[in-house]
Amino acid sequence: MTDMSPNSESDAAHDLAPYQRTAKEIQARLKKRYRKEKIFKAVGLGGLISGLLALAVMVVSIFSTGLSGFQDSKIRLDVFLDPAIIGTAEDATEKGYIDYIHTVNQSALIRNSLMAKFPDVKGRKNVMNLQRLVSSGARDQVMQWLIDHKDTIGQTVSMNLTTSSTIDMYLKGQISGDIRPSMRKISDKQIAWLDQLAQEGRILKGFNWTFFTSGDSREPELAGIWGATAGSFLTLLVTLIIAFPIGVASALYLEEFAPRNRWTDIIEININNLAAVPSIIFGLLGLAIFLNIFNMPRSAPLVGGLTLALMTLPTIIISSRAAIRAVPPSIRDAAIAMGASRIQTQFHHVLPLSMPGIMTGTIIGMAQALGETAPLLMIGMVAFIVDVPKGFLDAATALPVQIFLWADSPERGFMEKTSAAIIVLLMFLVLMNGLAIWMRQKFEKRW
Amino acid sequence: MARKKALQSVKGNIQNLHSLPVHYGLFSAVLSFLPGLFFILLWIFFSNQIIDNLTFATLGGEIQNFSDFDRALYLNDVRNLVDGDAISRPLTPVLTNAAAYYAHTQVYIFWIFSLLAITASSLSAFLSLRKITPQLRSRNMLDQLIVISLFSCSTLAVLITVGIVSSLIFETLRFLEHVPITDFLFSLKWSPQTAIRADQVGSSGAFGAIPLFTGTLLITFIALFFAVPIGLLSAIYMTEFASRRARIIFKPLLELLAGIPTVVYGFFAALVVAPVIRSTGNAFGLEIASESALAAGIVMGVMIIPLISSLSDDVISAVPQSLRDASYGVGATKTETIIHIIIPSALPGIVSAFLLAASRAIGETMIVVMAAGMAANLTANPFQAVTTVTVQIVALLTGDQEFDSAKTLSAFALGLALFTITLFLNFIAIKLVRKYQEQYD
Repeated sequence: MTDMSPNSESDAAHDLAPYQRTAKEIQARLKKRYRKEKIFKAVGLGGLISGLLALAVMVVSIFSTGLSGFQDSKIRLDVFLDPAIIGTAEDATEKGYIDYIHTVNQSALIRNSLMAKFPDVKGRKNVMNLQRLVSSGARDQVMQWLIDHKDTIGQTVSMNLTTSSTIDMYLKGQISGDIRPSMRKISDKQIAWLDQLAQEGRILKGFNWTFFTSGDSREPELAGIWGATAGSFLTLLVTLIIAFPIGVASALYLEEFAPRNRWTDIIEININNLAAVPSIIFGLLGLAIFLNIFNMPRSAPLVGGLTLALMTLPTIIISSRAAIRAVPPSIRDAAIAMGASRIQTQFHHVLPLSMPGIMTGTIIGMAQALGETAPLLMIGMVAFIVDVPKGFLDAATALPVQIFLWADSPERGFMEKTSAAIIVLLMFLVLMNGLAIWMRQKFEKRW
Repeated sequence: MARKKALQSVKGNIQNLHSLPVHYGLFSAVLSFLPGLFFILLWIFFSNQIIDNLTFATLGGEIQNFSDFDRALYLNDVRNLVDGDAISRPLTPVLTNAAAYYAHTQVYIFWIFSLLAITASSLSAFLSLRKITPQLRSRNMLDQLIVISLFSCSTLAVLITVGIVSSLIFETLRFLEHVPITDFLFSLKWSPQTAIRADQVGSSGAFGAIPLFTGTLLITFIALFFAVPIGLLSAIYMTEFASRRARIIFKPLLELLAGIPTVVYGFFAALVVAPVIRSTGNAFGLEIASESALAAGIVMGVMIIPLISSLSDDVISAVPQSLRDASYGVGATKTETIIHIIIPSALPGIVSAFLLAASRAIGETMIVVMAAGMAANLTANPFQAVTTVTVQIVALLTGDQEFDSAKTLSAFALGLALFTITLFLNFIAIKLVRKYQEQYD
């Protein structure tokens, strides 16, 4: 292995001294060696390509299932706002009216309108199937309309009602009409009705705004990521507020003020080890300390943020140290020569100069925290939460946790929502990392 | 602050001051702020406890005999009543009174503490103002204060570790009161469902962690089996064969894999990889579980490819050029140089990359939670479903349960095991790298 001359590999049968070999044999050996070279190079390239292939397959499969999640289908229906069903509010005030509208049987309005559209549908079961064309959220749409347009009661208005998830899947071609009716959730009659609606141009496909504006829901067609995004934002805000100052302060101390002693060594080893501790352990820490000892509320962005702050702290410290170390000593010497104290030197010169590097590291740390799921599961941010969180103590989930919850849901409609949510999450990450790269290139200084 | 500054400037000609006026201002501001902060912290941490105890003390006789648990429930209701939330028991006058008292005390305590904070702050502000003379070396003292606060920030890292270790050990000790340590470490059966009532059947509670460790090892092994060759080969290709331009394109692309959140990998494993493996297996007549260890392992392997490739890349690049040149000089081809010279000299670094990757795979949670099974099978067959330490921690701690049961506490024991193993692997890896670095420096 150590002797690298080509002759060392001569086979045992060949008992001639190396220099006595003919040129032909050497040529043959050379060819063999070059072939080996080529094979090895190809294997190396193969390794690289298979890694990249895995990335490509993953991205393609997620985008191909997820893109349809950004689209939704609606049925345009002429809804007769029947005064007989709506009745009149006893309380004439605005609030009284709104309260009253909440009690109105909106389902009946929708049902009657659907039956008016398809007059030959008879029988309880068929009517139920007909009603299942639209989502249960259509009731809220009608209700909102009644609240906003009080004066249209008694008229027939054209409304775009959200379809139910099964119908939505069928219209997007994800449930095929070819398989046996008993195997699919959509019946032949429903397909016939949909064909009729489609011919009349009453089926509209559009951008799924619900997905971006609403919170979680049991119904896939009504579920959105806004609640989870707000939760993620609040959580990251807490993380940033805690981890950034503490991280920078520790980095500054370790780089500039720490004496070379045992304690400093302990701190440094600790930080390096913390960076490699599995994230779920931080979740256990958060559970034991914040929830059980300090009795903080479960599922709150505050606790999630604190836990993630502990996790991102090592990342921020390590990158801040590197940024501070990159500032040349001449700057410090110059400041001290002008009579500045060490603190003044640091805060007026070293920190501002290293800020771009620190920010880059912080953004990367935040991006990590944004994608982190396991610690948040431990502190209970995994509940089903419909409301959009408004404060740091409200129950909330985060974007990756929402993805986890949806991925576990049995409804087929959630599959594209999960992928769509992943696409949104990846977009955020690309944006953050892009910002970090841009900052590094823009402010990078060579001393 | 500004006033104090002005006060100083009047006292002496500005040249007679030891430090800049700003320093005097900041110094006294910090000094007056600290005692206030102290009381506010006291309020945050202890006010609830004080109020609870006070409220409880006013309640009538029978409630005084409540157990701790009932007591906590009762106080919870009182608190909910104050906030206007739903409560779990009929509304009695006692309860209403307690709630009224609670709300009253809350306000009261708040005022006491804010008053204390303000008094303390103004007192110390007054003292610091009196101390201020042109001779006072306020800049130096302020600097000292700042260095102390920086130091305490950096100590936090140590505190986190202490917190992790102590909370894990503390809960594990409580767990070991329920379950002997030999059972936990050596028993072969894991089924943590304990009976809540004594007469329940079918839930004995067995806490043998061996199946979890073997499951974790199996998945980690599969992951490394795929990731090590691919990661190492791509690192070799990129450092030794690829042109500069190809390297600039490929390296970030491969590192993109590291930036993808693990929950995405988990979804990918469950959605794409597991069905593909299952149907392929069926085509060959193999029975493959839908939550097979293979699917989770392969996807985890993809996740750690960038870790292995970038770490190996670093150590391969660190092999001195002189070694390569010497090898080329005696007529070796590139391949021969790589196999006989570069890999042996980079071996410690490569092994440490391997260890770090293993530690990462052992601690990885989301992929296995989403793609591996829940049943603790003791098997080495990659086509069957196995469970891992992290899966069980998540399963034990999500959902509602009381905190003292052996079931919940066992999660902390598993956590401690996980922490110890990963720490050990990281420690060896770091040692190896250090030793290796010294060789060429």
